Amino acid sequence: MSAEPITTFESSLDEIGVDLVRTTADRFESALAALLDPPAIGVPLPFADVSLPDEVETDPTVADLEAAETGVTAAGYGIADYGSVVIQGGADGEEPVSLYADHHVAVVAASDVLPDMDAAFDRLAEDIRGGTGQAIVATGPSATADMGALVKGAHGPMDVTVVLLEDA
Amino acid sequence: MSADNRRRKAEHIRHLLDTEGDSVHENTRVFNEGRYESTAALDDYEALKDEARGIKEDAIERLPALIDEVTEAIEENGGTVYLADDAADANRYISEVVDGRNAVKSKSMTSEEIEVNEALEASGANVWETDLAEFVLQVADEAPSHIVAPAIHKSREEIAALFNEVFEPDEELETAEELTRFAREYLGEKILDAEVGMTGANFVTADTGTLALVTSEGNARKCVQATDTHIAVAGVEKVVPSVEDLQPFVELIGRSGTGQDITSYVSLFTPPGDSPTFGGGDEVGPGDDRELGPGDDRDFHLVLIDNGRMEMREDDQLRETLYCIRCSACANSCANFQHVGGHAFGGETYSGGIATGWEAGVHGQDSAAEFNDLCTGCSRCVNQCPVKIDIPWINTVVRDRINRGKDGDLDFLVEGLTPDEEPGGVDPQKRLFGNFDTLAKLGSAFAPLSNWVAQAGPARSVMERTLGVDSRRELPAFERESLVDWFEERGPRVGPDEARRRVALYPDTYTNYVRTERGKAAVRVLEALDVRVDIPAAGESGRAPLSQGMVATAQSNAEAVYDALAPAVAAGRDVVVIEPSDLAMFNREYERLLEEDSYEALDGNSYEIMEYVYGLLENGASIDALPDGDGEEVAYHSHCQQRTLGLEPHTVAVLEDAGFDVTTSDVECCGMAGSFGYKSEYYELSMDVGESLGDQFTTDDTADRTVVASGTSCLEQLDALLTRRPAHPVRLLDER
Repeated sequence: MSAEPITTFESSLDEIGVDLVRTTADRFESALAALLDPPAIGVPLPFADVSLPDEVETDPTVADLEAAETGVTAAGYGIADYGSVVIQGGADGEEPVSLYADHHVAVVAASDVLPDMDAAFDRLAEDIRGGTGQAIVATGPSATADMGALVKGAHGPMDVTVVLLEDA
Repeated sequence: MSADNRRRKAEHIRHLLDTEGDSVHENTRVFNEGRYESTAALDDYEALKDEARGIKEDAIERLPALIDEVTEAIEENGGTVYLADDAADANRYISEVVDGRNAVKSKSMTSEEIEVNEALEASGANVWETDLAEFVLQVADEAPSHIVAPAIHKSREEIAALFNEVFEPDEELETAEELTRFAREYLGEKILDAEVGMTGANFVTADTGTLALVTSEGNARKCVQATDTHIAVAGVEKVVPSVEDLQPFVELIGRSGTGQDITSYVSLFTPPGDSPTFGGGDEVGPGDDRELGPGDDRDFHLVLIDNGRMEMREDDQLRETLYCIRCSACANSCANFQHVGGHAFGGETYSGGIATGWEAGVHGQDSAAEFNDLCTGCSRCVNQCPVKIDIPWINTVVRDRINRGKDGDLDFLVEGLTPDEEPGGVDPQKRLFGNFDTLAKLGSAFAPLSNWVAQAGPARSVMERTLGVDSRRELPAFERESLVDWFEERGPRVGPDEARRRVALYPDTYTNYVRTERGKAAVRVLEALDVRVDIPAAGESGRAPLSQGMVATAQSNAEAVYDALAPAVAAGRDVVVIEPSDLAMFNREYERLLEEDSYEALDGNSYEIMEYVYGLLENGASIDALPDGDGEEVAYHSHCQQRTLGLEPHTVAVLEDAGFDVTTSDVECCGMAGSFGYKSEYYELSMDVGESLGDQFTTDDTADRTVVASGTSCLEQLDALLTRRPAHPVRLLDER
């Protein structure tokens, strides 16, 4: 993966007000710790040598969801042009965890950052045909202008941070 | 329309201008500017639109096969597809599935179309709208006024007052933030209590049975995740062949609608999904320690709605409507919509320019007839539509059908000749404006007497009463000597041998009988640049009857104009047009009114006057042959159709080249729009739209500038709005 999509990804995220934290597997724990505002919920991460600390509840109850400040999930892809992350999966709770917490932390591997929507849909189509039941192209926080002015955090998170996992 | 009906319509519009106009204007302006900005950032905007259009054309062409394919795909995934013939059929099925359970919904115009909430409530189920704007409307018991932002007509203050009155919160709600938090919490409980989640679908892919939902709040995701029964309601036209086909739409829909590069969430659900559910039930509430339930036993139903769409597919004129992705660009870019909103500019369900097609197709012509006149054919929506639907044409066709008083007269283009080619039932007001050329000819022949009589009080009150011509408008004053007569006497002044080019100047009805001075100026400017000018006696272009929905008359006028101009075109002359709305006829509508060869010959050789001067200057003519602007400050209002054709910059460039200091307006339309501003039922809306332009030309920077405008209507409107007398820009280049 060339550095170019990452640079574009970074500036796109900056434009939509999403923080980007660049880290590696061995520094992941401390990088994430700085982002965790308790109570935190999460879904176990699929990346090698990376795991969530114990204080992150990975089997939340309804009350945990309601109370959560931070929700950590993996993202299948990043889309550089738009600063989007693609939240995939279902049974492990990616959807409620990324939706209910006030702050969604999405962890994406640098090698999964795709340059544009064209590339993203080629991969998404492949995944859907392979059985991925759900993919949310999420760009920035949840938002509404329905109440007379722009408000972040309508039904979903009001803040989003992307953690980019790079090779050491 | 009777005088009483006109008065009632005017009152309704006045009421909406007073109560909803400000909110609608403010919000649509943000969307409209956002769209221009966001689409400008795409380096392949036109190619993306072409791609999106191509996908829709193909999908609608193959629709029956795609419906079979998506049905198979969804059934294989474990879901159910129900193809509903109409609203009643859909509601019966949905009510059976819901079976009295609590349901939460995300925003869906198609569910508004079938009025499923009423049906569900009648069957004993509770239904909550979770989109915040739809929630506001549910609480207020009002209808959407915009297809994307349904509560666009309500201000923050009105929403706060509504919530405070209905919910009586401990502390009064005031800010948008407080209102949002309150609604989120309130609806959060409803979502916890719900067993059924209902959504629409922006797209459905036939190959995989995937729903694409384009949202920003996150409520659609919650409605699907929280519940164990998912019902998606979508029109049959939402089916596209494959997942890859979603890409251009995903890049276009947010930009085209609210001016966002992409909305917060584009959800691709291939149901039944397996996210853990809340299980629903009555005793639960926030704060309970219930475990999440397994999501692997979800029930999924896709309800595909026909409700007239398959007939629209067979209708050569309405079919394009099915390509619509409901982005709202046509509403946001429409000057009339911006000022009055969807409660006037809309039918039973849909609003904005394309609504005429939807309403005629799904609810019938009567619903379309309620608001169809509000499309003035200004064409500003044409370049904004992400699937390139000719929205003004759909409005024209439906107007023609309304005039004829029966549904779907498909043979209207080849109907036999009648005096003005129209059936007996056409409204006298429409007939008057549609046959403006006849009136102009008479008016000119009897000028100035005809002008005195027409402007006199008794005549004006009769015209207002019988024809709905508003007496607050000044009528055009006809010249005794027409431009054609003037030129015939005068003759060309550049010899054939010394001519740089040869031009046939098209004498549009206004230039020929009313604004002859701009015609004479055009002749002299062209001659100063060594162009030999002739003025063939061509008649009205068809624009006037077309704007009244008199398509057959427009076609007969178009054919006559072609016959009059064809010899000049065949002889290699360029056709130069002063009135932009007539050039737009040659460039756009003639494609539908003339034989292909005729259309192409005229389209390929016709130019707007300032565009033509620009071309002459680019190709060797010298600006020194024209008067020096010497820094004179000018405020220029281009014409809506001229801007759609991309011809505003030429006028600006020529004026600047000649030494003028030019500033331009950026309103979508002046509000006059041919006959629209003369009609008594629309006069006040027309003036309200015009005031936006008037404001731009009375700022500190513009108040003392010389005002120029390209269109006749714009000149009349500016004349009514300003104390300065506006003129056509070509007159600044005329030595006289």
